[in-house]
Amino acid sequence: MTDFPWLSVLIALPLVGAVAVALLPRGRDALAKQTAFAVSVVVAVLAVVMATGFDTGGARFQFTETHWWIKQFGVHWALGVDGVALVLVLLSVILVPLVILASWTDADRSGGVDVPPKRSVKTYFALILALEAAMVGVFAATDVFLFYVFFEAMLIPVYFIIGSYGGAQRSYAAVKFLLYSLFGGLLMLVSVIWLYPLSARPASKGGLGEGTFLFTELNTMHVDPTTAKWLFLGFFVAFAIKAPMVPVHTWLPDAAQQSPTGALVLIVGVLDKVGTYGMLRFCLELFPGAAKWATPVVLALAVVSVLYGAILAIGQVDLKRLVAYTSVSHFGFIVLGIFAMTTAGQSGAALYMVNHGFATGALFLLVGFMIVRRKSARISDFGGLQKKAPVLAGLFLVAGLAGLSLPGLSPFVSEFMVLSGTFTRYRVPAIIATAGVVLAAIYILWMYQRTMNGPAGEGTEGILDLSAREKWAVAPIIAVIVVMGFYPQPVLNVINPSVHHTLARLDRPDPRPDVTGNVAENGARP
Amino acid sequence: MTGTVLAQGADIQTPHIEYGQIAPILVVLGVAVVGVLVEAFVGRRQRYAVQVPLAFAGLVAAFGWTLWLGFHEKPWHVAAEGALGVDGPTLFIQGTILILAVLALLLIAERRSPAFTAQASALPGSEAEQETAAAGHVQTEVFPLLLFAVGGMVMFPAAADLLTMFVALEVMSLPLYLLCGLARRRRLLSQEAAVKYFLLGAFSSAFFLYGTALLYGYAGSVRLSAIYQALGRDVGSETLLLGGVALLSVGLLFKLGAVPFHMWKPDVYQGAPTPITALMASCVVVAAAGGLLRVYYVALANLKWDWRPAMWAVAIITMVAGAVIAITQTDIKRMLAYSSIAHAGFILTGIVATSPDGLSGTLFYLAAYGFASIGAFAVITMVRDTGGEAGHLSRWAGLGRRSPVTASVFAFFLLAFAGIPLTSGFTGKFAVFKAAVESGATPLVIVGVVASAVAAFFYVRVIVVMFFSEPEADGPTVVVAPATAAAVALGLAATVVLGVLPQPVLDMAGHAASQMFVR
Repeated sequence: MTDFPWLSVLIALPLVGAVAVALLPRGRDALAKQTAFAVSVVVAVLAVVMATGFDTGGARFQFTETHWWIKQFGVHWALGVDGVALVLVLLSVILVPLVILASWTDADRSGGVDVPPKRSVKTYFALILALEAAMVGVFAATDVFLFYVFFEAMLIPVYFIIGSYGGAQRSYAAVKFLLYSLFGGLLMLVSVIWLYPLSARPASKGGLGEGTFLFTELNTMHVDPTTAKWLFLGFFVAFAIKAPMVPVHTWLPDAAQQSPTGALVLIVGVLDKVGTYGMLRFCLELFPGAAKWATPVVLALAVVSVLYGAILAIGQVDLKRLVAYTSVSHFGFIVLGIFAMTTAGQSGAALYMVNHGFATGALFLLVGFMIVRRKSARISDFGGLQKKAPVLAGLFLVAGLAGLSLPGLSPFVSEFMVLSGTFTRYRVPAIIATAGVVLAAIYILWMYQRTMNGPAGEGTEGILDLSAREKWAVAPIIAVIVVMGFYPQPVLNVINPSVHHTLARLDRPDPRPDVTGNVAENGARP
Repeated sequence: MTGTVLAQGADIQTPHIEYGQIAPILVVLGVAVVGVLVEAFVGRRQRYAVQVPLAFAGLVAAFGWTLWLGFHEKPWHVAAEGALGVDGPTLFIQGTILILAVLALLLIAERRSPAFTAQASALPGSEAEQETAAAGHVQTEVFPLLLFAVGGMVMFPAAADLLTMFVALEVMSLPLYLLCGLARRRRLLSQEAAVKYFLLGAFSSAFFLYGTALLYGYAGSVRLSAIYQALGRDVGSETLLLGGVALLSVGLLFKLGAVPFHMWKPDVYQGAPTPITALMASCVVVAAAGGLLRVYYVALANLKWDWRPAMWAVAIITMVAGAVIAITQTDIKRMLAYSSIAHAGFILTGIVATSPDGLSGTLFYLAAYGFASIGAFAVITMVRDTGGEAGHLSRWAGLGRRSPVTASVFAFFLLAFAGIPLTSGFTGKFAVFKAAVESGATPLVIVGVVASAVAAFFYVRVIVVMFFSEPEADGPTVVVAPATAAAVALGLAATVVLGVLPQPVLDMAGHAASQMFVR
């Protein structure tokens, strides 16, 4: 059982499904949807079964597979998951069937909510499945080259989804998304290529004696500080664009506004996590010295992201753009937690990635349902929806409260961990970032108030409550949010060992506050 | 009297020619000569039916022979009295040229939608033109011309002295000038392209020859190995040496289409019949890069520290100028011409590395780029409206909806050009960039990466036009002709395989490059 290539299967299955769906005859749209849904459910079930076999006290990377892929470049088909990667894989594969369910009719009316030019429905679902394969691959890759391949391969389906099935400005948004990501990716490529000659150096000069891209070998390599800083920057810029952090976040609102809702859940919920996951995994572990060197700037950018994203979110008039800016703010928290380099901060950040995926996913899905009903995304076009659609309003409130990290819902736990973990080492950033929590209350509650309360807005007369399909798409996510809000321990148990590995590589033990409250930093820093 | 003549005759040794080892060149040129005889002795109706199988047989036989040599013939040495090198890299390049030429031949032989004029001598727009077209004539001289050109191409990277190289250059170029002027539609544009190509080509040949003369003055020989040895002894005039190298480089870089010697490329690529453009974008680029590699790696290896900075500069402006100018193009063939210029820059990045890794990376890149190019141009020949091929980018709007398969295939080739992972373009770029980083040319790689990002913009723009815009009412139709479709399928298969499972070809390139060129 342990030899079963779980991860390869989890990558191959959606890919095969994608091809199968794409090859279905024209006009069999219903069959295409059913096939896609069935495949994604099977993948999700398989992943959960695999996850039950994960041993929290065992080796760091589990379910590993290592085969040569391109020997000439030292590249392996190397897969394996540690705790952080495992929970992110689970997040991806659980979201996909729900997204398919939620966007059952999205492709039918793509190209703007008003005039629907007919687009190929089966292609939409094939692209979602192809994206799923790349998402699992990117988190499961333990070879830096393979990671890069999945990192870039992910862009293509998303590009076509936004460009073909998005709103009026879809091609602008799609090209902007692709060019931002590609530019970051190519900078990372320079760093990836550079790793090869570094690892090929003889062991006496700090290399590994043989060119390789295996993460588990590269993270023991010594890189001289100047080179490490350049390499770190190559990776970091790519991940910052992906995450997205201020000032390279501007693609996200456009992509969010134009993208079909279902795909948007995957873009913000999962794709962007690749950025923060990459920082935690590659930036910190491959170049620990450079990461410490960059920490002040990164923390400053993270705090700016938290506040700037939140302030811009308050000012938005478009529902999807609003939620996109809240994500910029949340990603600021995640980066803060990662670069605080404390156990609580990094565990919190990893947990935050999962929680944010579910919470924002639910919020986006519900916003999408609202937009479909009103045929508009402008906040001012809504009002008084609570009376017409109580279930929609109730779920929207829960998802919104999760977004502002209300205690009892899962994001609270992670946000608290991030802030307290940051506070033990970097007080000022933690204190400033806390203001983001207050701003979150403003943007969420004000959005709720304008759309759900008050007198019924014009044009909202015929709005119906959620259908059974829509309820089934959102209910599991809400359930996860509530359960993990009260009992996050199982997930933390999975995450913690890998965070300890990262911190050990960074050589940064947690600071211990003394009686007076001053932070003792290994005796070196007051 | 007679006796003395005989005695003297005995002193003159007949040149020793290793026919078996240079057979691929001989086969191609021989079949070309037979092709000319076919033109003379076979009736007009039967010529096409004879020429096409003959050309195929010649190219495939030469390819097979090259493969056999690659796997069996060792050790490598300079054959034919020092005129031709037989070694790993050369055989790899020759094999690549020959297999790409087979694909180009598929396009050229296409009869469903002919690309060539019925009779080249008929004036454009004249009655004679209409008559010949109505009579269904075919200009079958195309096939022997193609084989002569290919013969020159396989000889060019093998040439071990500069005069042989010059002869090969001319054998390769002259038929190409002619072929460029044979387009069936927009003939004036095609003839203009031919004249431009000829004039500039002749000019660059003169540069090449002048450089050869100066190098002869320096080393006392046109042999590449003799120049190498003269450099090792460091005798002779440095003025002659540097002047000669500079002029020679102009001639070589012209054929590759590197900036600032790229002016001909957009006009010629646009005007030439598209199958010939495909031939130039693949086989000629491979041959030119092969010749460049041989001259720089064999003759000028000791001068590395002098030519590398210049080559850096050329590589940088080639990548940047090619990528930036391509953005403004509205004709799809012109756009791919500038893209080909940018790719010439990437190829130079591999050449600058001057290591076995750089050589093998360049070899792989050439193969990868050649297949994708032929495939892309083949798709262009398929998208047609009433006036022939739909060249203007705006005509491609909504092609993704009209014929999704064709548009997807073209998009895949564009993604390969852009260097997206899991395509051959990515593997190739990775190989040359890796070699460049290893040889300390990291700044060059950073420029290359930025140029790739710029280039991605215009490749993506075509995808946007094809997939995300509404189709026009009178848009072009896709004509799926069997031979063209076969060329597209082969190009696509190679692009996928070289992207997903590149190991066998990388091994071959690495093996070929392991002992570098022979001197």
